[in-house]
Amino acid sequence: MSQTMWLFAGIGLLLVLATLIGRLLAWRKGRNAVIDNLNARINAWWVMVLTIGIAFMFGLYGVILLFFLVSFYALREFLTLTPTRDGDYLALVAAFYFALPAQYLLIGLQWYGMFSILIPVYVFLLMPILSSFGGDTTHYLERTAKVQWGLMIAVYCVSTVPALMTLKVEGFEGHNLMLIAWLILVVQLSDVLQYCCGKLFGKRKVAPKLSPSKTIEGLLGGVLLATMVGAGLYWITPFSPWQAALIALLVNLLGFAGGLVMSTIKRDRGVKDWGHMIEGHGGMLDRIDSVCFAAPVFFHVVRYWWA
Amino acid sequence: MNTLTGWVAELTAKCITLAARLITGTRALWLGCNPNHNQRLYFANHRSHVDFVLLWASLPALLRKRTRPVAGAEYWQNTALKRFISQRVFNAVLVPRGGRGKGNPLAPVQQALADGDSLIFFPEGTRNLSESPLLPFKSGIYHLAHAHPDLELIPVWITNLNRVMPKGRYLPLPLLSTLHFGAPIKLQDEETKMEFLERLRLALLDMSREDV
Repeated sequence: MSQTMWLFAGIGLLLVLATLIGRLLAWRKGRNAVIDNLNARINAWWVMVLTIGIAFMFGLYGVILLFFLVSFYALREFLTLTPTRDGDYLALVAAFYFALPAQYLLIGLQWYGMFSILIPVYVFLLMPILSSFGGDTTHYLERTAKVQWGLMIAVYCVSTVPALMTLKVEGFEGHNLMLIAWLILVVQLSDVLQYCCGKLFGKRKVAPKLSPSKTIEGLLGGVLLATMVGAGLYWITPFSPWQAALIALLVNLLGFAGGLVMSTIKRDRGVKDWGHMIEGHGGMLDRIDSVCFAAPVFFHVVRYWWA
Repeated sequence: MNTLTGWVAELTAKCITLAARLITGTRALWLGCNPNHNQRLYFANHRSHVDFVLLWASLPALLRKRTRPVAGAEYWQNTALKRFISQRVFNAVLVPRGGRGKGNPLAPVQQALADGDSLIFFPEGTRNLSESPLLPFKSGIYHLAHAHPDLELIPVWITNLNRVMPKGRYLPLPLLSTLHFGAPIKLQDEETKMEFLERLRLALLDMSREDV
């Protein structure tokens, strides 16, 4: 477990550095909105890293509980911003009180055959059935599609992170937490570095209509740097250095795309953030949009070639 | 005995506020005013039975003690539990439904204002189960403002609660809800009843469009 200690010590050092830079900026340049937001983000990172660290101490059940809560907050943010009607009540009850806990229970039971199809198949069929009981035809297909989409993103995709614990990689037994640590670290670092590179060098916008804050400079710098970090951390994974680099590139590009997709939905709904629970970052979904898109593909890449 | 009921009432109040906050993740946005001790009448859109609980729960504890929800007597008096909750926990001002009974149905409300209490009031008079965002206001709120010219009327727009607890359902959905507190309104000299009611209604509708 000395690997874990080294990893968290490294992250801690990075956060200390970030905190010092943030405070220095505030002291030298005076307070403004961007610097205040930067410091709020750094503070929130301390809380998030600490939370993940505590969850890691409890192993499989710790990360299951952590990501169950992440899913809950994400689903609540998603469905709050998605208009449904009274007729969807039963479907929403089933989403919150059945699909969400059942998915994490199945991961706890390590039942791959069921947790990989529960939401995409069985819940997919159950939701429109329950919604039809409401007897309301207005926007019926739209409403059921939105609830299903919310479940896929906030529950199914997020749950593939703790599902990494269920993979049996030869010669890697007992180290699966490191798969989670590597994925989260690389993807989130890519977000952070895209933000930094964008703020420092950003000029040309990638998708001005979808997400005005994303720039080509930020995208290239962030993804390349995070990919290098991912490759450099190959020693905590079952991958070789070049494999780690390729997979890091893959999850970083997926993460970027995830941010873009979720941002498109936000613009369509006319909001800037999904919620307000993480100071400086917005809602839970604002923080994990990239993970939602990267985790399922990462899970299946590892499962197909390594497990 | 009395202190015991008082203690149970206080504990119940704490549990209800906590549950309401946890389930709905309520955020109170004081956009047009700050929470203070001025005598106020908070008037809000009414979509669910738990509207007033949430509004009450989102006030600072000190203000909560002097702020009383105005609720229908028939609904809140028909069982011992409801009587306990409405009278001991929320210290509600109960009014008989309009039309029936003799005398002024707002007399208990006038009395509460005369005692210096702040109030939570739903000027639509009944829960809005329609598609339209707000029903026409009943005239009661005008008479209250007329009798108490210094009273601050605060519009409070409550989002999403009709989805948290749709009509006739008992299991709440854990969706997020937000309360927008607007700027105080007072009755102006020579303002007619219709003008005043329309002004209040528009003030409340304005808040519904404010996306924060």
